[in-house]
Amino acid sequence: MAIAISVQDLNHYFGQGQLRKQVLFDINLEINTGEIVIMTGPSGSGKTTLLTLIGGLRSAQSGSLQVLGQELCGATPQKLTQARKHHGYIFQAHNLHSSLTTLQNVKMGLELHREIPPTEMKARAIRMLEQVGLGERTNYYPDGLSGGQKQRVAIARALVSHPKLVLADEPTAALDSKSGRDVVNLMQTLAKEQGCTILLVTHDNRILDVADRIVHMEDGVLKRNTASPVG
Amino acid sequence: MIGFIQQLQRRTPLGWLQLSHEKGRLLVALAGIAFADVLMFMQLGFQNALYDSNTRVSRAMSADIILLSPKALNLQNLSTFSRRRLFQAKDVPGVQTSTALYINSITWRNPQTRLNATVQVLGFAPDEPAFDLPEVNQQLDKLKLPDTVLFDRGARGQYAEAIAQVEQGKTTTTEVDRRTLTIAGLFSLGASFGADANLMVSDQTFLRLFPRRDAASVSLGLIQVKSGYNPQQVAAALESHLPEDVRVLTTQEYLQFEENYWRTASPIGFVFGLGTVMAFVVGVVIVYQVLSTDVNAHIKEYATFKAMGYSNSYLLSVVFEEAIILAFLGFIPGAILPLGLYALAANATALPIYMTASRAVFVLVLTVVMCALSGAIATRKLQSADPADMF
Ligand SMILES: Nc1ncnc2c1ncn2[C@@H]1O[C@H](COP(=O)(O)OP(=O)(O)OP(=O)(O)O)[C@@H](O)[C@H]1O
Ligand SMILES: [Mg+2]
Repeated sequence: MAIAISVQDLNHYFGQGQLRKQVLFDINLEINTGEIVIMTGPSGSGKTTLLTLIGGLRSAQSGSLQVLGQELCGATPQKLTQARKHHGYIFQAHNLHSSLTTLQNVKMGLELHREIPPTEMKARAIRMLEQVGLGERTNYYPDGLSGGQKQRVAIARALVSHPKLVLADEPTAALDSKSGRDVVNLMQTLAKEQGCTILLVTHDNRILDVADRIVHMEDGVLKRNTASPVG
Repeated sequence: MIGFIQQLQRRTPLGWLQLSHEKGRLLVALAGIAFADVLMFMQLGFQNALYDSNTRVSRAMSADIILLSPKALNLQNLSTFSRRRLFQAKDVPGVQTSTALYINSITWRNPQTRLNATVQVLGFAPDEPAFDLPEVNQQLDKLKLPDTVLFDRGARGQYAEAIAQVEQGKTTTTEVDRRTLTIAGLFSLGASFGADANLMVSDQTFLRLFPRRDAASVSLGLIQVKSGYNPQQVAAALESHLPEDVRVLTTQEYLQFEENYWRTASPIGFVFGLGTVMAFVVGVVIVYQVLSTDVNAHIKEYATFKAMGYSNSYLLSVVFEEAIILAFLGFIPGAILPLGLYALAANATALPIYMTASRAVFVLVLTVVMCALSGAIATRKLQSADPADMF
């Protein structure tokens, strides 16, 4: 099986000089294409930091970080921007644009891909919204949606371009258990349909069953790297 | 190019959607831009009216070449030169006529209000028409009567009743010192910053009104060139033929000379130029306020777009899109309002204030520059949209 993410001896530091503080220690992690991996760990242990490094939102400082065949350690800002186009992000907060309708928000996930013609963009965005159960809400603004609905729009936006890699940081934190479950099931189905790799950070024990594998972060060190009891 | 248009078609008009989503903010921005535009239009309108009105008399003179004293500053401060130069000018080949024009200001009694007012008196021999004004030239016979004048319909001040009276053919008289003047007819030139009203009189009447002026000292010499001669060449010939105590200018050069006086020697051109700059700065500040508020309000969304793979230049283009939309939308009320204000100002000041296409284009360009400049300053805040803080 092909490898989607390969992290080797990754260290990360915040701050300069006296204030320099190491938050990630010798991280080694490999994730295969199509795998769903959940990362857990206490607050402040470095989960978000690792996710932002893999996502190309921060530049990696030392070690090796291969994502979808690209080395991101020491990459230029332009190369990072380019790499981000191939990832789907789901933020802890929905981060939808308040001046755009549901449909326009989802379309923004497609506009970056110049090869898709405008008519197809619209059709795909509508189909995606139908899949997350919001086919009736295409012309709503985010202010008119519930928290769970907004999170589903954010998922639609992240997945509409069929990214090869989906990174999600506590996507269910703002949701009640029922909508949280719906959202995770949705990600799982879509991921299986589109064959993409998912790395998901969560504190929510109720959703661990979707994972093929669970890794555990503690004080900047990846503690466990085992197959999940369920998967 | 075609590729660019296709990209434009598929692009979500984010700038426009952001602006139109916040109706209140949009209205404030447009009002601010319109305000700046109106200020600019008024300043430029007055400035242009100043130059226009001050050369109006000169532009009506029927001359190809104008002789004047080297000490002349402008139409109100011409000084004089010897009439002999006009006779000498006739010796130069190509000169058809050379006419004397006497100009001076005088205090007369407004025929309507009986209050003192200053008017500009233009005196010339009725046999030799000095102006290209058909209305004046039809009434030259009237001027041959002593102490008879033609009056300017476009005069600034309370003259409406007196003008109506003359138009009905009633004799209208007024006084200068203890001399009685008869207003026998009317013409249209208009007021200027330098003179509220113009009077046309014969050279004889002029000399009676100004006992201290003598016929041998003229204010301007109007020279017409025979057909087939080039005024420029004749002017050069006159220049070398006549002594140093007289200046020779083609009519075009003379108009420039007068306009230049108001542009440089008078503070008025500077004042209106400064006013335009101030209006521009006010506009930049207002648009900057609106755009930077907008960038701040959307900084999270911008960071999200960056995290999705949108480049910095895409976000820059959104801010500039907003700037350009604001410029064009704000320009519409900003260009319509001055039309009414120009009419008001023209009525109140009897100055030729009106909209011109070139000024409208100029202000539109200034508006676009103004908004683009504000946009450029506002985009500095985009750097703080860091996608790493979004996860
Ligand atoms: N921009 C930053 N500058 C300096 N230190 C930072 C920065 N971001 C995070 N840190 C520090 O790095 C450590 C790891 O932070 P991180 O956000 O990765 O934790 P986390 O595992 O995601 O926690 P949580 O579960 O609360 O989201 C923390 O000690 C945090 O204080
Ligand atoms: Mg975190």
